[in-house]
Amino acid sequence: MAKVMGKPVALNGDRAVAEAMRQMNPDVVAAYPITPQTEIVMRFSEFVANGEVDTEFIPVESEHAAMSACVGACAAGGRAQTATSGAGLAFMWEVLWVASGTRLPIVMHMVNRSFSAPLNILCDHSDSMGARDAGWVQLYDETVQEAYDNAIQSVRIAEHPDVMLPTLHALDGFILGHNLERLELLPDEAVKQFIGTYKPMYSLLDLDRPVTYGPMDYHDYFFEHKRQQVAAMERALEVVPLIGEEYGRLTGRYYGLMEGYRLEDAELATVVLGSTVGTTRVVVDELRDQGVKAGLLKIRCFRPFPAAMVAEALGDKKAIAVLDRSLSFGGQGNPLFFEVCTALFSHGFSPKVVNYVYGLGGRDTVPAQIRQVYHELIKIDREGVTGPTLRYLGVRE
Amino acid sequence: MMEPAVPEHEYLRAQKKFPSVWCAGCGIGIVLGAIIRAVRALSLSKDEVAMISGIGCTGRMPVYVDFNTMHTTHGRALPFATGLKLARPDMKVMVVMGDGDALAIGGNHFIHAARRNIELTAIVVNNSIYGMTGGQLSPTTPFGAKATTAPYGQIEQAFDIAKIAEAAGASFVARSTTYHAIELDRLIARGIEKKGFSVIEVLSNCPLFYGRLNEMGDAVEMLKWFRDNTTAAPGKVASGKIVRGVLVDRDLTGYVESYRKLTAASKKRGGA
Repeated sequence: MAKVMGKPVALNGDRAVAEAMRQMNPDVVAAYPITPQTEIVMRFSEFVANGEVDTEFIPVESEHAAMSACVGACAAGGRAQTATSGAGLAFMWEVLWVASGTRLPIVMHMVNRSFSAPLNILCDHSDSMGARDAGWVQLYDETVQEAYDNAIQSVRIAEHPDVMLPTLHALDGFILGHNLERLELLPDEAVKQFIGTYKPMYSLLDLDRPVTYGPMDYHDYFFEHKRQQVAAMERALEVVPLIGEEYGRLTGRYYGLMEGYRLEDAELATVVLGSTVGTTRVVVDELRDQGVKAGLLKIRCFRPFPAAMVAEALGDKKAIAVLDRSLSFGGQGNPLFFEVCTALFSHGFSPKVVNYVYGLGGRDTVPAQIRQVYHELIKIDREGVTGPTLRYLGVRE
Repeated sequence: MMEPAVPEHEYLRAQKKFPSVWCAGCGIGIVLGAIIRAVRALSLSKDEVAMISGIGCTGRMPVYVDFNTMHTTHGRALPFATGLKLARPDMKVMVVMGDGDALAIGGNHFIHAARRNIELTAIVVNNSIYGMTGGQLSPTTPFGAKATTAPYGQIEQAFDIAKIAEAAGASFVARSTTYHAIELDRLIARGIEKKGFSVIEVLSNCPLFYGRLNEMGDAVEMLKWFRDNTTAAPGKVASGKIVRGVLVDRDLTGYVESYRKLTAASKKRGGA
């Protein structure tokens, strides 16, 4: 596929996702309103009403019903998508596992929101990180452009015959969801060609080869089916960059599982995902100008986690800080930290690693905080980890 | 009627939480006023009363009252309140919900609370739309009416909240509007006093979304619409109007009462 010219526009993240959905023209979209996702389906329902898409839009009575409708639609052989946030994702919980366990390539546009209580509609990653064991491929968006790009690639990843797993991409609520950014949209035809036509392997409506979805599966085969999901996740490690490469040839924007920023010769590194990657880039540049060998590892694909690549990229660093925007209460760290530490240890590396929790409930994460992280890394490099391994950025103690 | 001793502002977190989050022209403040006056008319102390809500515009109501309050999750106010009522049967427990909260995501809890006939007072503020998230269609959006997710009109039929409550087994069902504030005070007071599950549906104005999308004019115009299109005397005027007033009032045993009888009998048998 040759490179095509993108059309520059200014959109917020929700609208950019809605545009991607219009261009993808899924068979079924089922959703329930929840801030900060609502604008996606509100905009999309206008496309439906104006006949700009052929989608059946179902304004269901809850998120549990939204994911259930997607499972039904996808099992019937359709391309199904939804969008949600925070508590909405939590309410889908049971059905998230049904979607992955029945190997249905549903795509979800996740606009991150913190969990109640206390009630809060602003961004953190408690929702998608909470769902990290649900068997979904998870991509994280740094910019509005990436929200658009990942939305489109999610369909190809999910439907790849080697994967066949539901896929979500997560954009930071309000920070990306409601903020205008410049991005380039592909021509409608290019998106249509890129995602192609979905050919389901086992459709409920295939009368010549009747199938059933989700019957009882006890001690006899349940374990084997779970083992197959693990294998599919492992294969997704190959497929995600493959699709990212193909998308790059089309747009000039290439995507892998992760991305190092001034990382190769860096001595001090942070590991970040989501919109805070952008803030961290600025600080890395600043520190480099001052002669500090700072670098950044951005994780794009969190599930499956690219452990070998992460270990290789970070193994020689003198001190590393992993930034988490969610908590695992009572754990020895938080989701991204666990992954990074395990990746390093299992590949024979043991650099100094600390964990920072930041931005919970929409708390602003500003360059000064990231600067503080690197300054603490300088100290850790010199003196070793003297303070706690788990640290908190920008919180009143 | 004698003026109760408690001044109205005693029931409010007046110094801390106002002005309210509600948009100019919203009807929920009128409902809050009616609740406060009803509680005052019954001379209840604020410590005897609990107010539970879910999520949505109406969900914000407990913030403003100085009762025992809980702001819970979307659609689940009734189960939270059920737990509270069973633990503290002496309390007057009010559950305030919007139409989306009570009838869509929480619809199952609504019918089961009515079936169980538990001694709660459910006040459903029905503005026919999801206001908090920007005007999406709800289960009470009338057929043909517009919403942001139904730009050319709703193609599903709307729920009749009162009929559902009646069919599911509630002791007391009433309906009023934000125009009929004094009538609303009395209906809420009767609901609080009634044994068993009581439901008061309040038709309310959301000029920002429902009113604008359906060209109903401003808040005053919407209130006039309630005045002109509802009736408290269905037999005497032309039909086609929405009926207000007490729709169901029957003496049924409430869940807490049955539960107490059962445990008392069990203890007697066990010799305790």
